[in-house]
Amino acid sequence: MATTLDINGKSVAVSATSETPLLWVLRDEAGLTGSKFGCGIGQCGACTVLADGTPIRSCSVPIASLAGVKIATIESLGGAHALQQAWVKHDVPQCGYCQSGQLMSAAALLASNPKPTDADIDAAMDGNICRCGAYQRIRAAIKDAAGLGDASETAKA
Amino acid sequence: MNAPVNSKDLKTGSTRRELVVGATLVGGALLVGCGPGDILAVGAKADFGAFGPFIKIAADGAVTVISKHIEFGQGNHAGLAAIVAEELDADWSKVTVEQAAANAKVYANLGMGVQGTGGSTAIANSWMQLRKAGASARAMFVDAAAAKWSLPAAEITVKDGVVSHAKSGKSAGFGDLLADAAIMKPPETPTLKDPKAFTLIGTDRVRRKDSQAKSDGTARFTQDVQLPNMLTAMVAHAPRFGATVASFDATEARKVPGVVDVFQIPTGVAVVADNTYAAKAGREALKVTWDESKCQKHSSDKLTADYTQWAAGKGTLPEKTPWQAFETRGDATKPTEGQIFEAAYDFPFLAHATMEPMNCVAEIGGGKNKLTFGSQIPTVDQLNTAKIVMTLPGKVEIETLFAGGSFGRRGNFQSDYAVECVHIAKKVGGGRPVKLVWTREDDMTAGYFRPLTHHRVKIVTDKDGYPVSWTHRVVTQTLMKGSPMPTKGVDETTVEGTKGSPYLKATPVVDAQVLLPDLDVPVLWWRSVGATHTAFVMEHTIDQLARKAGKDPVAYRMAMYEKAGATRHMAVLKLALEKAGPVTPGWSRGVAVHESFGTAVAQVAEVKLVDGVPKVGRVVAAVDCGIAIAPNQIAAQMEGGICYGLSAGLFGRVSLKDGAVEQTNFDTYRVLRNSEAPHVETHILPSGNAPTGVGEPGVPVIAPAVANAILALNGQATNSLPMVKA
Repeated sequence: MATTLDINGKSVAVSATSETPLLWVLRDEAGLTGSKFGCGIGQCGACTVLADGTPIRSCSVPIASLAGVKIATIESLGGAHALQQAWVKHDVPQCGYCQSGQLMSAAALLASNPKPTDADIDAAMDGNICRCGAYQRIRAAIKDAAGLGDASETAKA
Repeated sequence: MNAPVNSKDLKTGSTRRELVVGATLVGGALLVGCGPGDILAVGAKADFGAFGPFIKIAADGAVTVISKHIEFGQGNHAGLAAIVAEELDADWSKVTVEQAAANAKVYANLGMGVQGTGGSTAIANSWMQLRKAGASARAMFVDAAAAKWSLPAAEITVKDGVVSHAKSGKSAGFGDLLADAAIMKPPETPTLKDPKAFTLIGTDRVRRKDSQAKSDGTARFTQDVQLPNMLTAMVAHAPRFGATVASFDATEARKVPGVVDVFQIPTGVAVVADNTYAAKAGREALKVTWDESKCQKHSSDKLTADYTQWAAGKGTLPEKTPWQAFETRGDATKPTEGQIFEAAYDFPFLAHATMEPMNCVAEIGGGKNKLTFGSQIPTVDQLNTAKIVMTLPGKVEIETLFAGGSFGRRGNFQSDYAVECVHIAKKVGGGRPVKLVWTREDDMTAGYFRPLTHHRVKIVTDKDGYPVSWTHRVVTQTLMKGSPMPTKGVDETTVEGTKGSPYLKATPVVDAQVLLPDLDVPVLWWRSVGATHTAFVMEHTIDQLARKAGKDPVAYRMAMYEKAGATRHMAVLKLALEKAGPVTPGWSRGVAVHESFGTAVAQVAEVKLVDGVPKVGRVVAAVDCGIAIAPNQIAAQMEGGICYGLSAGLFGRVSLKDGAVEQTNFDTYRVLRNSEAPHVETHILPSGNAPTGVGEPGVPVIAPAVANAILALNGQATNSLPMVKA
């Protein structure tokens, strides 16, 4: 049974069964491998994409529930999104595996709340684990992209 | 592998680690009867172009640095490229990094003797090698320009990839001179820059080369490999270590659409499918009966109780498990007068829990023996693969990709998950690509944990409160089990950090011993290895001794460092405190200092208890890692290392119950999240010494600093980790 999904503004016909989590359709069928598999139970956020602008954990959402929903993945940010520029400026990534999910959570935050407080960032970003511990730079880059000042901390020799 | 190779070892060129891994090579060499370098080199001819195996220069002058080390987060690609770019005087903005193929002959880690990354050695072992490579290529361009322009080489300069002669006004880019430079003879001893003349190294311009790709989803990890005709496999693993497959019923699994095959392999039952979800669904439908007659049934609680007994000199020791002395001074049998301090500390098993669960792509058969994955020790992965497919290790091709973290997990003498993938791909055959995907549950329960560990100390102090006698017992598992050569002497990975501690050095009578029971629970180095527990014990004990003596913990440390000649410890502690300034009102402060992998780190942590749970607000770190190559990445490693160490100190715990791992995913294995991360300020001690690593040394310092802040706050010592009990 084919399902049609709206992924990054394109209508995509997929053949996966309806209970298949979105993540595997994105990665294995649509070839969009930016969204990552980390835990499979919506605990780590590496698979985060937007569904009508709201961040969802695509590893835990079956495609059956996504008819007519606009899905946006990391690939939709285009590479030069203000957040992506800030991510590069602050050298946020270490291993980099969680960063697609981090960026999509951050993108959703800034889309709904252009000037987030630290508490807003806590609430929006706590669902995204980074085992390398790039948290401080993630926070700094979000603030930088939001025009809340360059809070970067680098080494002082 | 976060193997304990330190800078001193690098200079002598012979390490215990090298001997151990070298024995693996000997095993391989015996198999085929020729030298390790030859059998491990891929292909007979080593055609690396005019500038050698580390540098490629394109017609447009763009410089590519070949990294023999995997990039799994610690930023070594940036530092390695900067070393080359500095000596070559390349245009840093146009330098890119490419991952080397598996080839131990050319790309061996000079601190290990095989190709591999770990022990915080990437920069340290490459430092002179890459400086020479860069300087040699630079000399070739200078000579080419001198010949072409008929001008003295001494008058020619290079800057940002442009070769110039000031007086004549002649200049040319690397691209313009490429053909001429390529036929120049590389100098036998290239002239290296005076570090004072460095213009790139040590500056904030040395930034990561992979940030864009890792911010737009295009960075390629093993999980992302898609090849024509590729199959995806999952494996049903035994619920307890040591259990084996008694029988299995694949009837339902085979009915799952997309499942291609189901078969037994040494580690369980593999389900091979057209895609990941089908492999997962197939595995869920599979029925396996396990033979648990020979498997271990350990429980963490019982192990902790046993270890506590043994360390206290009670109970019956397991067979063939003697106490081994690792540091002895004076006569410990003579009673020493003074105040007695006694404490015991417990540490749980820990999972590495990398963001990318273990995975591998293998193509075996039809003339192919290729692995594509985040290979941490390619040489060992080649050897283990070669044994299964019956070929020469050098015939095993490895394409190393970015890995989504390792923290020690991917450097494994058994190449466990890679070998599992090879078995499956061999059975599939024909060179058809197979991607093995471990779920988080596979990853967390399959083991290779930081071992559960117990320490016990008994310290006698003099009238001023300083130790005159130090008795230390450690009970843990060896990390060298399964290494091809029996460890001679004490396995240092289990005691490093207690062994060699300046506090022991400053104590006249020392009796330190370790007991290494054999448990059949797979264990492995975990970012900073022995220091994950020894640093906590030493640093938290010292604070308690200082407070018992009515002394300031900083002054107390300084007095002991003075006695031990630990000048680097003194310098980093002084710098950290100076930069930290006065304590932030409302917060309690703790300090800790530890040297690991040749790098000394001091941390000043500000902590408060919120509903009884430690909250760490600010951490000031000072680091002495020799010459700082990439200050921004040194800071990143302090920030990240502190989060990694704090995560374990506050929450990390894997427990066994009747042989089964109780934690299966991030819902039960709690890790640090963004709101719990401290704000870290990093300060680098200026140094003219050769660089040492930074990937690990920031990790073990934070938990004792936090425990010391709590001690200062309420007088409560922390005698077991994690601090937050589930």
